[in-house]
Amino acid sequence: MSLFTILISALLVNNFVLVRFLGICPFMGVSKEVDSAIGMGLATTFVMVVTAAATWLIQWFILEPLGLPFLQNMAFILVIAAMVQLVELFLHKTSPALYRAMGIFLPLITTNCAILGFAIMGVQNSYSFIETVIFGLGAGLGFTLALVLMAGIREDLRFADIPKPLRGVGIAFILAGLLSLAFGGFAGLV
Amino acid sequence: MNTTLVSLVSMGSMAAILAFGLAVASKKFAVETDPRVEEIEAVLPQVNCGACGFAGCSAFAEGVATGKAPVNGCPVGGVSVAKMVASIMGVESEGPKRRVAQVLCKGGHAEAKQRGGYDGPKDCRIAHATQGGSKACSYGCLGYGSCVAACEFDAMYMDENGLPVVIEENCTACGKCVDACPRDIIMLVDEQQGVHIRCRSLLTGRFVRQVCSVGCIACQRCVKVCPTDAIYMEDNLARIDYDKCINCRECVAVCPTNTIDWQEGKAQLEKVAVG
Repeated sequence: MSLFTILISALLVNNFVLVRFLGICPFMGVSKEVDSAIGMGLATTFVMVVTAAATWLIQWFILEPLGLPFLQNMAFILVIAAMVQLVELFLHKTSPALYRAMGIFLPLITTNCAILGFAIMGVQNSYSFIETVIFGLGAGLGFTLALVLMAGIREDLRFADIPKPLRGVGIAFILAGLLSLAFGGFAGLV
Repeated sequence: MNTTLVSLVSMGSMAAILAFGLAVASKKFAVETDPRVEEIEAVLPQVNCGACGFAGCSAFAEGVATGKAPVNGCPVGGVSVAKMVASIMGVESEGPKRRVAQVLCKGGHAEAKQRGGYDGPKDCRIAHATQGGSKACSYGCLGYGSCVAACEFDAMYMDENGLPVVIEENCTACGKCVDACPRDIIMLVDEQQGVHIRCRSLLTGRFVRQVCSVGCIACQRCVKVCPTDAIYMEDNLARIDYDKCINCRECVAVCPTNTIDWQEGKAQLEKVAVG
C-alpha cells in the first residue's frame, strides 16, 4: 500500500470519528468554536504522530522480541499518557488561552479511544515505521477535519431557529449523523 | 515466572524513562504563575464585563497581582470583593467608590413636545441616525430603551412617561447603557451625589422652551446661588462639577424649569452630613 493511500484512507475513507466512531467525546465536547477545535485537533494530531513512532518502536523492539504482546494495551496507554502530559506542559507554557479553552478535554486526550485505536490498528496491519507515522498523521488530520467541520456548522447553528427540544446536544447529534453519512460517500475510494 | 519478571522489568523501565523525560520537560516548560492570580480570580464575580478596563476577570486578576490594577478596581464586585482581593494582596482597602448610572434628561412624553413623523424601528441608535426620533428636542432621550436592552443586571426599566429609570441597588456601573445611548444622556456618577442637572440641550433658552418644559434655559440662577461654585455655564447649558458639589440643594430650589433634581437616598444624605 502506498503512503498516499494510507494517508487518504485514514483521513477520509476510514475517518476515525465519522466512519469508525472513535473519539466521539472530544468531537462533541470541543466542537463549539472553530479556534478551539483547530487547537484540539492539532494537539491530538501531534500526540498521534508521536505515539505512532513510539508505539511502533515499543511493539517491534520491546514487546515482540520479549514475547510480551499481551502488554500491548498497557504499554501503549503509558506512552499516550506521557505524550499528552508533554503536550499539556507545552501548551500551558506557549498558549495559556488555548490551554484554558480546551480545559478538561486536553488531559482527556489520554483516554481518547481514537488514539489507542489507531495505535493498535497500526500494529494489526503490520505497517512499517514510516507507514505507521503516516497512518498516525492521517488519523490526526482526519480527527481535526471532523472537529473543524462540526465546529464550523455549530458556530453558524447558533443563529438558527432550532426547535426547542433539539437545542444543544440534540441537534449536534443529528449533525454528527449527517456528517457521518456524508463521509460514508468516500467508501470504495481506496 | 520468567515472563512475569520480564514484563515487570520492561514495563518498569519504560515507565521510568518516560517519567524522567516528563520531569525534564516540566522543568523546561515550567510556567511561573503567581498563586495569588488564581486566588483573586476565584473571588471575582466572573461576569467578564470589562468594566474594570481589563479584558475579563482573569486579566484583571493578573493585573492586580502585577500591580497594574487597583485592588478595588472591580466595580461589579463592590466593597465585599475589594476587601477579599485586598486581603489576598495583603493590603487595606475601603472598597471602590460606588458609581451609578444617572439619566440626564427629564423630557418624557408629558414634558417634551412631539414632532411626529418617525415610524422607523424602535431603537434609539437607528432613530438617532435617521430621523432623530419622534421628539422635537434633538438632544433629549429618544425613549426607545436601547439602554434598558443593553443592561445585563436588570438595573433599568422604562417608566410610563417613556424615560429610563435606574434601579440603583442593581447598578454596577459597567457602562453598557452609557455606550448604548446615542445622545450621551447617561453618565456614571458617584452614588453620593444627589444633585443632577438633567438636561443635555445646547439650545438657547427660547428654543428649549419651544420643545420641552423641563429643559435647561440657561438662566444662570443656579450658577449664582451655588455656594461652592460647583455649577458653571457652557454652551447654553448649566453643568455641575461633582467634586465641588456638597449636596446643599440651593440650586434645586431656584431652578425655574425644575431641570435640577435632588435625588434623596442614604448615600446622598451621608455626603451632606460629612460636608
